[in-house]
Amino acid sequence: MTEEFNVLEHELVPEHHLLPEKEVEKVLKQLDLGKDQLPKMRLSDPCIRALDAICGPVEEGMIVKIVRRSDTSGMSVCYRLVVRG
Amino acid sequence: MMVTGVTKRISAIKFAMLSPEEIRKMSATKIITADTYDDDGFPIDMGLMDPHLGVIEPGLRCKTCGKKVDECPGHFGHIDLAMPVIHVGYVKEIKKLLQSTCRSCGRLLLTGDQAQEYVNQRDRMEELTGDMFESSYISAESAKDAASRTTCPHCSAIQLKITLDKPTTFREEGHKLTPKEVRERLERVPDDDLVVLGIAPSVCRPEWMVLTALPVPPVTVRPSITLDSGDRSEDDVTHKLVDVLRINQRLRENRDAGAPQLIVEDLWELLQYHVTTYFDNQTSGIPPARHRSGRPLKTLVQRLKGKEGRFRSNLSGKRVNFSARTVISPDPMLSINEVGVPDAAAKELTVPIRVTDRNLAVAKELCSRGPAPEGPTYKPGVNYVIRTDGRRIKITDKNAETVAEAVEAGYVVERHLMDGDIVLFNRQPSLHRMSIMAHEVRVMPHKTFRFNLCVCPPYNADFDGDEMNLHALQSEEARAEAKVLMRVQEHILSPRFGGPVIGAIHDHITGSFLLTHKDSSFSREETMKILEKVSAAKLPAPAVKSPTERWTGKQLFSLILPTDLHMTFKSSICQKCDVCKKEKCENDAFVVIRGGQLLSGTIDEKALGAFKGRILDKLSRDYGSDASRAFIDKATKIAIGAITIRGFTTGIDDEDIPNQAKREIDDAMTQAMIKVEEHISAYRNGELEQMPGRSLEETLEVEIMKVLGKARDTAGQIAGRHLGLENSAVIMAKCGARGSMLNLSQMAGAIGQQAVRGERLSRGYWNRTLPHFKQGDLGSQARGFIKNSYKSGLTPSEYFFHSMGGREGLVDTAVRTSRSGYMQRRLINALEDLKVMQDGTVRNTASTIIQFLYGEDNIDPARSVQGDAVDVDDVLLTVLGDTGELIAQIQEKGVVSYGIQDRDMLETPEDPESEDETEFDAGGGEEG
Repeated sequence: MTEEFNVLEHELVPEHHLLPEKEVEKVLKQLDLGKDQLPKMRLSDPCIRALDAICGPVEEGMIVKIVRRSDTSGMSVCYRLVVRG
Repeated sequence: MMVTGVTKRISAIKFAMLSPEEIRKMSATKIITADTYDDDGFPIDMGLMDPHLGVIEPGLRCKTCGKKVDECPGHFGHIDLAMPVIHVGYVKEIKKLLQSTCRSCGRLLLTGDQAQEYVNQRDRMEELTGDMFESSYISAESAKDAASRTTCPHCSAIQLKITLDKPTTFREEGHKLTPKEVRERLERVPDDDLVVLGIAPSVCRPEWMVLTALPVPPVTVRPSITLDSGDRSEDDVTHKLVDVLRINQRLRENRDAGAPQLIVEDLWELLQYHVTTYFDNQTSGIPPARHRSGRPLKTLVQRLKGKEGRFRSNLSGKRVNFSARTVISPDPMLSINEVGVPDAAAKELTVPIRVTDRNLAVAKELCSRGPAPEGPTYKPGVNYVIRTDGRRIKITDKNAETVAEAVEAGYVVERHLMDGDIVLFNRQPSLHRMSIMAHEVRVMPHKTFRFNLCVCPPYNADFDGDEMNLHALQSEEARAEAKVLMRVQEHILSPRFGGPVIGAIHDHITGSFLLTHKDSSFSREETMKILEKVSAAKLPAPAVKSPTERWTGKQLFSLILPTDLHMTFKSSICQKCDVCKKEKCENDAFVVIRGGQLLSGTIDEKALGAFKGRILDKLSRDYGSDASRAFIDKATKIAIGAITIRGFTTGIDDEDIPNQAKREIDDAMTQAMIKVEEHISAYRNGELEQMPGRSLEETLEVEIMKVLGKARDTAGQIAGRHLGLENSAVIMAKCGARGSMLNLSQMAGAIGQQAVRGERLSRGYWNRTLPHFKQGDLGSQARGFIKNSYKSGLTPSEYFFHSMGGREGLVDTAVRTSRSGYMQRRLINALEDLKVMQDGTVRNTASTIIQFLYGEDNIDPARSVQGDAVDVDDVLLTVLGDTGELIAQIQEKGVVSYGIQDRDMLETPEDPESEDETEFDAGGGEEG
């Protein structure tokens, strides 16, 4: 298994989208939240590294939108703040 | 006394260390002598019991603040240590500091830029997260980075490797560093470099981690106790301080007298030992200090740590007043909302009543009854009266009248419990929220708490000696909140699985079964007896008029159902036939309720039972908790009525089977054993066909297990043929009241194979289970098969095997409870202060998001239908009537689909051949 493997394509990994700069404010306003109140994910997270390869450099302070299938509601959206580590 | 809202708010908590100067400054006195009391029993000045440290004896005054016992908080003293010693609590930090700073110049082993980079990183992190944990990682990282350098970037000194010899000895390349040297090094570290390591130098200089002065806690913290014999017994902490003082004294004398270096060092190490154990007597690597009796001393850390420590036992958990505890017993005549309280307890537990102009007369009347009103019926009296000036007056029979005279508006009267009061009722272990519920009081004679049997399942209570606790609520707010949120009827549906946890058990199920099964009918007299306790229901016309009037059980049961109830479901007695005959079911297992009339079917566990009752589920969901409570109360009474009319008993003769059947079972057993032998000889001769993925031995085991399993079932079936519904034990098993058909077949037929870890018994002696068998015997008898039944009795070896199997179960439960208890504690500690906010998000106390929407769907599981937000079948049935049922049936197997957002890369290609997929589409349609 030396072949490069994109974790985002695995069926158990939910969709990750990098939130464009313009939308960040909109989303935060809609949720009535500050950036620091969001759940976090690390820069070293395999999903972030995969995103980094696809849509350019991901930096600390950016927000990732995660869409996952949910047993209870069918589909659920959540946001995570990228932090160092 | 009116306190509303938050009066003081904590804005920040700062952790800092005590400097030696601070220790001396806050000290009321210096302690120099190890003696505590003189010959006359008075505390010695500058001893450990110095009167400057506070007062513990009543009547005396504190020499520092002049206050009396309970007013004086106690004052610290201090001991000046002859030589510095390391504080065990800080060894990790000291090690980190020594490793990351230069041995000669004391600077951090990072260049200015590198250090600045770490500081910047932390600032950025704090801005984004506000989480102290995260920034502590950065400090740890910078320390690690610095420790990895071998030369100082500031003075180019070569760094030597520093190791820690647990618990408190530091070595530099094998050479021992004395605490004094350690302290000198820490003193050299400049303030600016500490910031990089996450230490605030203004309140926390690292050299303070090496003690030169030891604070002595006030006597109030370590009170001595006077034994009956008049001897004084000192607290463990005092004992330890005496040790410290003694060695400190000797060390100082020796050092000052210029004793050899070796002796001084030995004493120094002894002092280090005593100071270490003074803090923590369970430090690994050193023997715990012991009491004269050999008991290890309980020093500072031991006071705080663990289940019996200050945190878990005194701060997280507290003892309360206004509570009672006694044995519980059942009372089916009480409503599920009620609890029977013994009158003796009711007279101890009180509720404060604020006297106003309007209730003045009542309050006076209560007061005049005194603390123990007499009379044939229970009347609440009063134990205490609190006057407007806050004075508390105890009421006695003598002063009752006079106090009652004086009562006026503004007084508070502490009245005994009376019928209708709201109290909390609890049984340990309190594993879920239904373990503590609000009940209404019914004061009763005798000495036990009593409640309706339907409430046993949520408390997991039985009456084999269980005790329960009761708490009388003390404020109007608490009572209102408890009544709205915690009343038993509000907890019929459990948030655990979205179904009822409160419901009929045991005899109630049997009773309703006997009432409604098939064509059971009752004469006028019997009907009256059954309905006696059920409030004013109008008796319907009898189902049979001649020769005598008879009412069917189904008619009677229908009386307690709401008149517009429509339901269809299968009973517990359902045989799960391939083709359901619906209303024409010969077992009467197809329940049809139309317009509140039970048309067909038997009411048993599936209808009324706790955890399963469909009617309870439907009622509490659609008709509300009041209707649901009323139904349960009536169902209890009607079921008890029915079972008392018919009478019900079970005995050992319920498992009697004819001799013919016994012979058949014997034959089946012999057959099975022969078959097992055949398998074994096939295995021995190498003729056994190996199963894929299994060794030959495993194949044999599987085959044998299969044969023996079948043999047990056959025995059960043979026995079952002679156990019909006329048999009480069978009735209980079939309707779900108690026991199972497996239990019965083990009593009447054969017990079957005993297993440990899912395998046949094999261990014990060398290659055999017991010395009664040959070595290597693989036969059924030798490996724990029991061909006898509980009734016919076991052979000695069978009995032994049965004990082996039984033991595994016992060990399992013991292990499981302790482990799950620990897991639950961890979970609760992690989740206890999360809450669902108004906007549906789940947040912690820092108001950061845990979940964007509670449970991702914002559904209260207690109001869900077995976890789903909407019961589609039920909706269809309501809207479409009986035709809706057909549709519901079709969708019965339908798989609830995931919602699908556009087409994402997670989507797996659909398989057109798969049968599930077609239903998947049908299910998915209504979601979008």
